[in-house]
Amino acid sequence: MLYRESGQYKTNYADDQAIFPLKQDRWLMAIALVVAFVVIPLTSSEYMLQAVIIPFLIFALAAIGLNLLAGYCGQISLGTGGFMAVGAYAAYKLATSFPDLNMIVVFLLSGVVAAFVGIMFGIPSLRIKGFYLAVATLAAQFFLQWLFNKVAWFYNYNPSGTITAPPREMFGFMITGPAATAEARYMITLVVVVVLALVAKNLTRGHIGRSWMAIRDMDIAAEIIGIRPLHAKLSAFAISSFYCGVAGALFVFTWLGSVETEAFAITVSFQVLFMVIIGGLGSILGSFIGAAFITAVPILLTNAPQFFGFNMPIDLQKHFEVMIFGVLIIFFVIVEPHGLARLWQIAKEKLRLWPFPY
Amino acid sequence: MEVLNAIFVLPFVDMFSEPIFFAEVVVGGLLTGVMYSLVALGFVLIFKASGVFNFAQGAMVLFAALTLVGLMEKGVPVWLALIIAAGVMVIVAVIIEKLVLRPLVNQPDIILFMATIGITFFLEGFGETVWGSDIHRLDVGIPDAPFEIGGMLLNEFDIWAAAIGAAMVGGLALFFRYTVIGRALRAVADDHQAALSVGIPLKTIWIVVWSVAGFVGLVAGIMWGTKSGVQFSLSLIALKALPVLILGGFTSIPGAIVGGLIIGVGEKVAEIYWGPLIGGAIENWFAYMLALVFLLFRPQGLFGEKIIERV
Amino acid sequence: MTETRNIGDTLLKVDNISLSFGGVKAITGVSLEIREREICAIIGPNGAGKTSMLNVINGFYHPQEGTITFGGEVRRKMRPHLAAQGGIARTFQNVALFTGMSTLDNIMTGRNLKMKRNFLWQAINIGPARKEELEHREFVERIIDFLEIEAIRKTPVGRLPYGLQKRVELGRALAAEPKLLLLDEPMAGMNVEEKEDMCRFILDTNDEFGTTIGLIEHDMGVVMDLSDHVVVLDHGEKIADGVPDVVRADQNVIDAYLGVAHE
Repeated sequence: MLYRESGQYKTNYADDQAIFPLKQDRWLMAIALVVAFVVIPLTSSEYMLQAVIIPFLIFALAAIGLNLLAGYCGQISLGTGGFMAVGAYAAYKLATSFPDLNMIVVFLLSGVVAAFVGIMFGIPSLRIKGFYLAVATLAAQFFLQWLFNKVAWFYNYNPSGTITAPPREMFGFMITGPAATAEARYMITLVVVVVLALVAKNLTRGHIGRSWMAIRDMDIAAEIIGIRPLHAKLSAFAISSFYCGVAGALFVFTWLGSVETEAFAITVSFQVLFMVIIGGLGSILGSFIGAAFITAVPILLTNAPQFFGFNMPIDLQKHFEVMIFGVLIIFFVIVEPHGLARLWQIAKEKLRLWPFPY
Repeated sequence: MEVLNAIFVLPFVDMFSEPIFFAEVVVGGLLTGVMYSLVALGFVLIFKASGVFNFAQGAMVLFAALTLVGLMEKGVPVWLALIIAAGVMVIVAVIIEKLVLRPLVNQPDIILFMATIGITFFLEGFGETVWGSDIHRLDVGIPDAPFEIGGMLLNEFDIWAAAIGAAMVGGLALFFRYTVIGRALRAVADDHQAALSVGIPLKTIWIVVWSVAGFVGLVAGIMWGTKSGVQFSLSLIALKALPVLILGGFTSIPGAIVGGLIIGVGEKVAEIYWGPLIGGAIENWFAYMLALVFLLFRPQGLFGEKIIERV
Repeated sequence: MTETRNIGDTLLKVDNISLSFGGVKAITGVSLEIREREICAIIGPNGAGKTSMLNVINGFYHPQEGTITFGGEVRRKMRPHLAAQGGIARTFQNVALFTGMSTLDNIMTGRNLKMKRNFLWQAINIGPARKEELEHREFVERIIDFLEIEAIRKTPVGRLPYGLQKRVELGRALAAEPKLLLLDEPMAGMNVEEKEDMCRFILDTNDEFGTTIGLIEHDMGVVMDLSDHVVVLDHGEKIADGVPDVVRADQNVIDAYLGVAHE
């Protein structure tokens, strides 16, 4: 009863192709945006923003990036961490070399740098597929991590080898650096993530998105109907890396403030891959759900044992977390390969008829 | 000019001016290569028999080694610990077949690949939950004394590792060629459905193959563990088996061996002669980059079958 | 019949093509011509090299010898997407749809070649990109009407029955507005009603859009009814070429192919 499309007639194709053709979806989205832009900044504690919400948004962005590549274009990548590192170091170099540059421009440019690196490592995808490609992207992961660790120019010859976000302001608010409040950092992250998520949604609905999906579903047929594999795959690598790059830049500038290359190790690549699998391959919404889920699990694991009154040593807890991620992946791959996003869709279909299913 | 000289001339000058040292480097690389080959062998076995790209082979190596070393630390004698560890690997194989592979029959390869990533995490987490994450020293009694041949300094253990590796490869080759199960395996590798239709029990075959891969993992785990201790980073070392596979081809046992040796020697030589030029530690990525470049020229690997696409 | 069909000049000329894989010869010295607006059937027993021939024509296989002239251009090697740009579309023996996408999206991919707005426009989805998308949507809706698949517009094609999948695949090929449409066994595995529908669509396509059609089919009744011109292949060689009635009477064809069926 609550979720019905009857009575909502569409009289032209433009209405039919809107992002949210249904009124109920538009309402849900509006509510979500109000919560994100108004309720959360007013009510959340510093800890909540810093430890939960900001990392959730940043990982969601990275997950969208990987989802464009793996979920839409079918090219599995284990190099997400590497591409995020490119974005982070590019943003650091840009922000320190051109102190007057607007931070939004810095983030976008560092995404562009990551996109070019992504294209370079995407070239093998023209000859190889599937797990061969997955292995090839490991080269990106290990090489990039090594590069940023060894070449001192990237961290401005800082003896500690870390990069630290310089303080920058926008509209009179400090948005990066130690003086920036969690609220300010949250807002800037939110704006970037929301806009880029919308862009991703548009891309996947347009002809570029269809050419990615065509390559994913049957590359030979796609080529024969005139889709150029070179174009489709490299554009997927470029745009995916752009998203990962911006996520990497935010990772340093609006979340941690200061990182080493270790922060972008292969575990990050896997973490983002898990978000995509659990959230749902080929779904932008799923990237958010997956990111929320994967961010929430460790927090739950930290707090649940105490809640039940016994203490788990911290390293045991880490092992447990790894184990649970493993089980979750196997579970989702077997039970619902399209992830939580698909479950949400099924729930919506059930709601159409609820409470009178027949 | 100086740069070119440093890259293209000096390393070779060094190699020729100190041939014994160079030989030591190469031999060292070959021996590391044998270890990579051992891990890669497990991958190839499973890929041949079930078409599954088993990302978890590295985790199986770690898990087997952890089990063995954990038992030995509890005072179990070596021979018994070996038997129990092998038994555990069989149980792991059975569980994986029942809980993961069977529900995923006929799914796309990439889904199975992701499932094995899940297995990887589970095994790593489980192994460390049970046995802890400290570095364990492993000593199963393989002699480990240095000796000299023709001016080269070698380690007895390395020779043993090479011999055991060679014996395993030979044994597996014979097993594949001359036993009934071996023939069934080759049939399954060609075509699941066709193999089923002539009465080959697919489930048994899969359990056998995953168990064998588990044994191979155990042996690899013993070798690596003896050399550098049993620890989490073992599963990262095992990731290096992936470029080995790309070089050798996913379906080729000789390929796994030759690929392992090439990667082993390649990265040692590169590290020692070119590494210092660009800051060292290039062992971390050299194998992957080599594989990547190689892929551009020969996507099917050294010994893999040529891929013919049809519509 | 031929007089009233307004058949034009040669559109596709395949000249002395030979193709082999390793040592196995798939096609040996075959020449054939397809003229504008005609329906040409390529028939032959299994393994005669029919599908290989289509693969050569649209650039998926590269023949070792011979040339192909399409729309006045002579070529030997061709990338498939270039063939598509030149106006060759095709369907496949085993349905090759994009199973994860809806019917509408599948047919829209057929329009991809005609969509020019770059990704920055698409990213913001206003102005030209949006207008372009809507124009193509209208064109695709016409194809959907034509093929009578309005009801399954938004259904993922993976869930459709086989007969409908074949129809969607035809729609995807038509969306490219091809000059030459190659159909690889469009009626394989269909029941009588589905075959009749499909025949109707093929004839209508030929009539209404003037599309030249090259078709592989095993159902002799269909072939003889539909085509203006039949080419018979056997073991990679051409053994007959002509109007249906002549080919039907050809002794070589009866021996190699039809004869077997009547025994």
